[in-house]
Amino acid sequence: MKTLFRIQRFDPETDRAPYYREYEVELEPTDRVLDGLNAIKAYQDGTLTYRRSCAHGVCGSDAMRINGVSALACKTLVRDAGPKITVEPLLGYPVIKDLVVDMEPFFAQYRSILPFLINDDPPPEGRERLQSIEERERYDDTTKCILCAACTTSCPSFWANEHYVGPAAIVNAHRFIFDSRDQGAAERLAVLNQRTGVWRCRKIFNCTDACPREIRITEAIAAVQREILFRAVSS
Amino acid sequence: MIQTHTFDALVVGGGGAGLMAARTLAQAAGLRMAVISKLYPTRSHTGAAQGGIGAALGNLEEDHPEWHAFDTVKGSDYLGDQDAIELMCQDAVEVVLELEHMGLPFSRTEDGRIAQRRFGGHTHHFGQGPVRRSCYAADRTGHMILQTLYQQCIKAGVTFFDEFQVLDLVLSEGRVAGVVAYQIRTGDLHIFHAKAVLFATGGFGRMYAVTSNALAFTGDGPAIAFRNGVPLEDMEFFQFHPTGIYKLGILITEGVRGEGGVLRNNEGERFMERYAPTMKDLASRDVVSRAIYQEIRAGRGIDGKRYVHLDATRLGPEVVATKLPDIQDFCRTYLGIDPAYQPIPVQPTAHYAMGGIPTDVDGRVVLDDVKTVLPGFYAAGECACVSVHGANRLGTNSLLDLVVFGRRAGRDMIRFCREADLAPLPPDPAGPTLERLEQLRSSKGDEVPARIRTEMQDVMMDNVGVFRDAAGLQEAIRRLEELRERYRYVRVQDKSRYFNTDLLETWELGCLLDLAYVTATCALNRTESRGAHYREDYPARDDANWLKHTLAYRREDGGVDIRYKPVVITRFPPKERVY
Repeated sequence: MKTLFRIQRFDPETDRAPYYREYEVELEPTDRVLDGLNAIKAYQDGTLTYRRSCAHGVCGSDAMRINGVSALACKTLVRDAGPKITVEPLLGYPVIKDLVVDMEPFFAQYRSILPFLINDDPPPEGRERLQSIEERERYDDTTKCILCAACTTSCPSFWANEHYVGPAAIVNAHRFIFDSRDQGAAERLAVLNQRTGVWRCRKIFNCTDACPREIRITEAIAAVQREILFRAVSS
Repeated sequence: MIQTHTFDALVVGGGGAGLMAARTLAQAAGLRMAVISKLYPTRSHTGAAQGGIGAALGNLEEDHPEWHAFDTVKGSDYLGDQDAIELMCQDAVEVVLELEHMGLPFSRTEDGRIAQRRFGGHTHHFGQGPVRRSCYAADRTGHMILQTLYQQCIKAGVTFFDEFQVLDLVLSEGRVAGVVAYQIRTGDLHIFHAKAVLFATGGFGRMYAVTSNALAFTGDGPAIAFRNGVPLEDMEFFQFHPTGIYKLGILITEGVRGEGGVLRNNEGERFMERYAPTMKDLASRDVVSRAIYQEIRAGRGIDGKRYVHLDATRLGPEVVATKLPDIQDFCRTYLGIDPAYQPIPVQPTAHYAMGGIPTDVDGRVVLDDVKTVLPGFYAAGECACVSVHGANRLGTNSLLDLVVFGRRAGRDMIRFCREADLAPLPPDPAGPTLERLEQLRSSKGDEVPARIRTEMQDVMMDNVGVFRDAAGLQEAIRRLEELRERYRYVRVQDKSRYFNTDLLETWELGCLLDLAYVTATCALNRTESRGAHYREDYPARDDANWLKHTLAYRREDGGVDIRYKPVVITRFPPKERVY
């Protein structure tokens, strides 16, 4: 099918402001939006710039705004997005070039919630730490995160305040807070109880809708909020 | 402007092997180290691995590292080095437990231990029947390993140079002096001066038209090593995974068959029973991929097309949803079907390079058949060849290879950095890289890189794939020579400075062309069939002449010199390989 791409372009060397360029590509309905971008870059305009790697939704490189919504270009089919597709960089982080945004602030937010197992007890000799199927299930959903930033960049609370830690960081905090092997919940909850933390979530559900891994993000944020309150009450 | 940085140890690549090495290096007090990666580390292709990591934990039934070693040797069609294989299978148990202690969220058994499932080629009692050996975290085990190792590196305060692409290795006085890297965002070149450099740059499946591999899998590390005089080992052995999604090549884990899924032809027949009476659908990958092609050739592909069905409907919706959720998601997204109720159309997909940069069991790069090392140069993971996979890798052994040999390389680099001084930088270490980039940028030619890439991928798929013969391989070599010649006149459209992916992709195409040429040349040279290398004109394994590793060296004129290295055999003498 003939597909029209309208793509936001910006080269910091030559452009003062972003502008849009249109490209027409012949694609199959089952092709990915990424296939369209690749076809444009290969045969029409080599200067078109975007990140991509795995091309099947597990590496998180090609998050961008497709028809106004944060999504992975490799998990959005032309059938669903076409025949006219508007492609823009993620909202909320500085644009470096075309569809490439500066991910450094995103990873700084991620690092701020201490995204690693905290457990100072020596691990058992010669075997694993035990964890029941039910304990493992408690944080299963949030282990799926691929750090693509689709959630954070679709959150109005983040657009309004760039210091908000954002849904992706909270998802990764949740992954450890509810892991029975972890002992760092208090430290993480202290970070998330600040003004830049979980209370900025207004339950808009944009993050949940945008997540290409179908993580129930708003629910995870609410679980973290409840945990802060529960601990405040019980102490 | 060219900046120079000085470290003791450098890790190139932020996937499983690189991060495991980095975490190990970070434990050494006072050692200055950094990771350089062309992607953000969490984008690395380790994250796409699905089914599990092999280790004889014996959590669900009796198992032993010796059985695992035997299976790996047999899987390798006796080309794997048995000393390295025994060591890997011994280390496996400890390293999987270490991953769990780091916080890796493995799926669990009823009694809270690491869950394990069956996988192709993994058996009990030296081939008697399937065994549960694959330790898994649903069907995203690689994702969990990558995330966990990245988390541990953050915890350890590892320095990362993200989106820096290494373009050359710097040698001086017969040893490593560092690397030259391109900062993608700014277009600046950087010289990293170091005592020890580990290449953990991954594979090069993008030389094929249908592949499970990431677009970033362009073989930069092996190509750079090769251009610097390092040989490449066993390049003729490239694994085709039996179950890639038809046309797209996206991986459908062997875990589907490990959980009980089966392959069916257009008659609905479970055809693997005819090809592998004992292991059936869980025979090793080379065997299953060939069987699928033979069914297709015999006219038993679905609707007369070049695919068969992977039937997971017999598992029941509950098992599919809990143990294979990502597979279900891929099928829904890209095929519009639910594998719990409909069969998945699959075809073999280029998946894994058994060959690569030759190393010893401590990750040290070796240059010949008597283990002469290139001091300070290390390699681990898919870009390396230890060789533990020989002519065919078993499923779950790639993740194992990454963590076992990433860790061993890291440990040996610590030792090396304590003993060695920095080699002096040669004059103008970035000169050749600068010149090459300038050539690409200012070329007046009119060759379109994407056309060359597509032609290379098609000829590799058609002539250097699952089935090979002399005529096809000679044709492939002729075509690749022509493509390499055309590549000299390639045109980069983007002349800009910042984030110039057009320039880098074109540079990567040069790496793929070199490696494709070496692969085809080694495949023509090996006149026998072994593991993933199947020659229709030489259908039998020939231990008398070919029980040896290939070493391919770059000649000044661009050609390839082939030498050999003996296979290490400890306790498993070569036998006929039947599943």
